[in-house]
Amino acid sequence: MTPGSNVETKTAALRPRANTETAALPQRLHGLRALAGHRAIWPLLALALILAVDGAISPGFFNVRIVEGRLFGNLIDILYRAMPTAVVALGMAVVIGTKGIDLSVGSVIAIVGAVITWRIHSGDPHLVVLMAALAVGVLCGLWNGFLVAVLDIQPIIATLILMVSGRGIGLMINLLYGGTNPSFTSPLLQGLSVGHIGLVPTRIILGAAIFGALWLLIRRTALGLFLESVGGNAAAADLAGINARLIKYAAYVICGLCAAWAGVVLAADTHTSDPVSIGLYIELDAILAVVIGGGSLSGGRIYLGMTVLGALIIQALTTSILTSGLPPEYNLVVKAFVVIVVLLLQSDNLRAALSKGFTGRKR
Amino acid sequence: MLGVSKAFPGVRALDCVDFRVQAGEVHALMGENGAGKSTLIKIMTGAVRRDEGEIRIDGRPVEINSPGEARALGVGTVYQEVNLIPTMSVTRNLTLGRQPRRFGLISWRTARSLARERLKRLRIDIDVERPLGSFSLAVQQLVAIARALEDDTRVLVLDEPTASLDADEAELLFQIVRDLKGRGIAIVFITHFLDQVYKIADRISVLRNGRLVGEGATAELPRLKLISLMLGRELEETEERLEALPHGAKGEPILRAEGLGRRRVMAPFDLTLRPGEVVGLAGLLGSGRTEVAKLIFGAIRPDSGRIEVGGARIASHSPGQSLRHGMAFCPEDRKAEGIFAELSVRENIVLGLQTKRGWLSRLSYSEQERLAQEMIEALGIATPDADKPVGQLSGGNQQKVVLARSLVSGPSILILDEPTRGIDVGAHAEIVTLIRKLCAEGLALLVASSELDELIAVSDRIAVLRDRRMIGEIGSGDVTRETIIRTIAGARS
Repeated sequence: MTPGSNVETKTAALRPRANTETAALPQRLHGLRALAGHRAIWPLLALALILAVDGAISPGFFNVRIVEGRLFGNLIDILYRAMPTAVVALGMAVVIGTKGIDLSVGSVIAIVGAVITWRIHSGDPHLVVLMAALAVGVLCGLWNGFLVAVLDIQPIIATLILMVSGRGIGLMINLLYGGTNPSFTSPLLQGLSVGHIGLVPTRIILGAAIFGALWLLIRRTALGLFLESVGGNAAAADLAGINARLIKYAAYVICGLCAAWAGVVLAADTHTSDPVSIGLYIELDAILAVVIGGGSLSGGRIYLGMTVLGALIIQALTTSILTSGLPPEYNLVVKAFVVIVVLLLQSDNLRAALSKGFTGRKR
Repeated sequence: MLGVSKAFPGVRALDCVDFRVQAGEVHALMGENGAGKSTLIKIMTGAVRRDEGEIRIDGRPVEINSPGEARALGVGTVYQEVNLIPTMSVTRNLTLGRQPRRFGLISWRTARSLARERLKRLRIDIDVERPLGSFSLAVQQLVAIARALEDDTRVLVLDEPTASLDADEAELLFQIVRDLKGRGIAIVFITHFLDQVYKIADRISVLRNGRLVGEGATAELPRLKLISLMLGRELEETEERLEALPHGAKGEPILRAEGLGRRRVMAPFDLTLRPGEVVGLAGLLGSGRTEVAKLIFGAIRPDSGRIEVGGARIASHSPGQSLRHGMAFCPEDRKAEGIFAELSVRENIVLGLQTKRGWLSRLSYSEQERLAQEMIEALGIATPDADKPVGQLSGGNQQKVVLARSLVSGPSILILDEPTRGIDVGAHAEIVTLIRKLCAEGLALLVASSELDELIAVSDRIAVLRDRRMIGEIGSGDVTRETIIRTIAGARS
C-alpha cells in the first residue's frame, strides 16, 4: 500500500474493482480476462461453488420438473424463497448507497401484514387492500426519510425507532378487531405470492419486474447518480446543487415500497397477520446481500444486480444446508462462514496478497 | 527557543527559528498558511519533537518530549478547535484525566469545587454541572483556557482563540488575557485577525516558509510592514503588470450583491460583476475570501442582504438555485467538498450539467461520454479513460475534474475558490490561460486566491478583505501588489 493511496485502498478494501452498471458491458466482457476483472465474478463463482457442492452431495439437485402445471425443483425453490429478501435488499442497496441504512424493513413487513389482514376483515376490495399495503410502505419510508433528512438523526438510530415500534403497531392493528394472529384468504394476494403464471411462480416474475423497474429508475434517470453523489460526498453534493434532503427521502421511500411488497408476499404466504415473527431478521439478510454484492456501508455506490446475486447466495446456502442432511442447527454458523469467505474474496487487498504469496497458482 | 528546526518528509517546516517570549507579555505569532506557526507551537507544547535547537525556560535548557512534560514545565495550550467534549459537563471537562480520587473512586464533590476554583481564576461564574455544549462558544473557549491554566502555568499558548467568536465575545476574551498578563503569565497568541493583534499584542514574531522573518514591539511594526513581511515582498520592489489584459467589463452587471452577509461569518458587503470581467478576492488567510465566495453561491446562507443575477433577485438562496441562475462554483477543498472519489471521471464531470437538468432528463451515455471527453481534452486531464474513479487520479487532475464540472453546466458566472491550490506549475499556467480565455468569451469570474501574483495576473478589479470585512476595492489599472498590500494594511495610497 503506497502512502498516497490510503483513502482509495480503504474504501476499496471490501469492494470489487468496479465501474457503473451503465458502463459499456459488451467491450468489458471481451474474453475471459475481462470477465475475471469484472466485479460479478467472485460472487458468481461462490454461487456456482455452493451449487456444485449441492450437486455432488445430493444427485438430482439440479432436476427441474413440471408438477401440477408449474416448475418444480431446487433451483426454482431457491429463486422462489429468495425473492422477498432480494426485493428488500434492492431497497436496502439504494439506502446504503446514500450512506444510510434501514433497519425497519422487517417491521414494515409486519405492519403491512397487519394492515392487509385488517382491511380484508373490514371487507375492502382486495385490490384496494393491495394499494393500501403499498401506501403503508411509502408512509413508513417518508417517516424514516423525515427523521434522517430533516431531523438529521443518524440513519441507524432513526430507522431503529420504526424497527422497534413497527411490530408493536402491527399487534395494535390486530387488536382493532380483536384477533390474535388473525388469518385471511384472498385469491388476489395469494395469487401474487404463491400462485404461478404459466409455469413460473408469480413472485419470481414480479420480483424480476421490480428489479427491472428499479433499474430503469436508478440507471435510466439521473436519480442513481444523485443518490450515489449524496452518499459519496454529502458536502460536495450540496455544492454541486443537489437537494440532498429530497434525494434521501426518495431512497427511504423506495426502500419502504420494496419492504411493503415483501410484506404482501410473506403475509399472503402465511395467510395470517403475525407481527411478532413475520420477516424477522430480514433486515440483516438484506444488508448482508448488499454487502456480498459489493456495496459498501460508507455509501457512494449502488449495485442492483449484484445485490440480487447476494440474496441468491444467502438463500442457496440455506437451501443447501437443509438438503445436504446437515442438522439444521448448523445453518447459521455455516452461513456465517461462507459469507465471510465471499467477502474476503472480494477484497482487493487480499487478492493482491494472495497472488503475491502464491505466484503461479490461480485462485 | 533558539535555533529550532524541524523537517518533515519533503519539507523543512522550521529552519533555525529563534522565538522569545517574556513573562507578562502578549506575543503574537503571525504567518500565512505553511509558515510554520503550528509546528513551532507543537514543539513548544511537546506534540512534535524538534530536530535541532534548544528550548529554555528562565534561561535553563529543558526537554519537552510530550504534552505532559510541557504542562509540568508550565506551558499550557488552547488549541484552535476547542478540544473539549461538548456533551460532558463543565466539571468533567475541567477535571478529565486528573479527577480527584477518594478511596480509589472519583470524588465528584471535590471535582466540582476544583472546577469552580479553576473558573474563579478567570472570574467566570457558571453552573459547572451543565454540559459544556449548552454554553456559548465564548464561554467554551474560556473553559478551555481554564483547563489549560494551572497554578504554575508560565506560558499560555492560544491558537486562534477568536476564530469563531464575534466582536463582543472576543473583547471578553481579551479582558481575561490582559488579566492573565498582569499576573506575569507569558501569552503566545496566534490569530489571523490583524486588528486583534494591534489591540492586544505587545510584541510580534513573523514566520514565513519556516523562517523567522521579523520580530519587534507591536508599536514599531506598522501594519504595512507586517503584511509585507508575512507575504514576503518588500514594497520597494516595483511591480510590473504581467501584460495588458485583453478583456474588460462589458455592459450592465450580471451579478449584484447588496449588503450580503451572515453574522459571525462575514460582515455585509456589496459586490458587482460584469460579463467578461474578472474580480479577485484578496486578503490574508482567514480574512473571509472563501466566505464571500460561498455566500454569493448560496453555500453559506446569508442572513442579510440580497443578490440579483441578470436583474432577477434570487429569493431562496441555495447552491441549486444559483446553479439554475447560471452560476457555478469550484470549491477550495477538493477532497472534502469537490470530488466524489468513488464515482468515475465521467460521472464527476457530467454531474454539473445533470443537477441543472434535474433527475428526470438524464444525459444519455453517449452524451455523457462526449462531454467528458471534451473536458478531458480541453483541460488536459490525465486519465487513461473517463471511467476511472476520480479518487485514483492525482491531486492536480482532481482539481481539473472539479473545474470541468463547474464548466460543463455552461455558466455565465463562475466562482473559483483557490483554483490553483496544490497544482504543479504547468497545470497552474494552463488554468490561468483558461481563465483568461473564458473571460474573453464573456464569462464573469470571481476568483478568490491567496496567491497575490495570480490574482494580479488575472483580475480586472480586486476586492480586498480583512478580518471578515470587505474593506476596499481596487479598480482597473491600479491593480498592483503594492496597492493591495496597502489596502489590506488600511493605509490608502
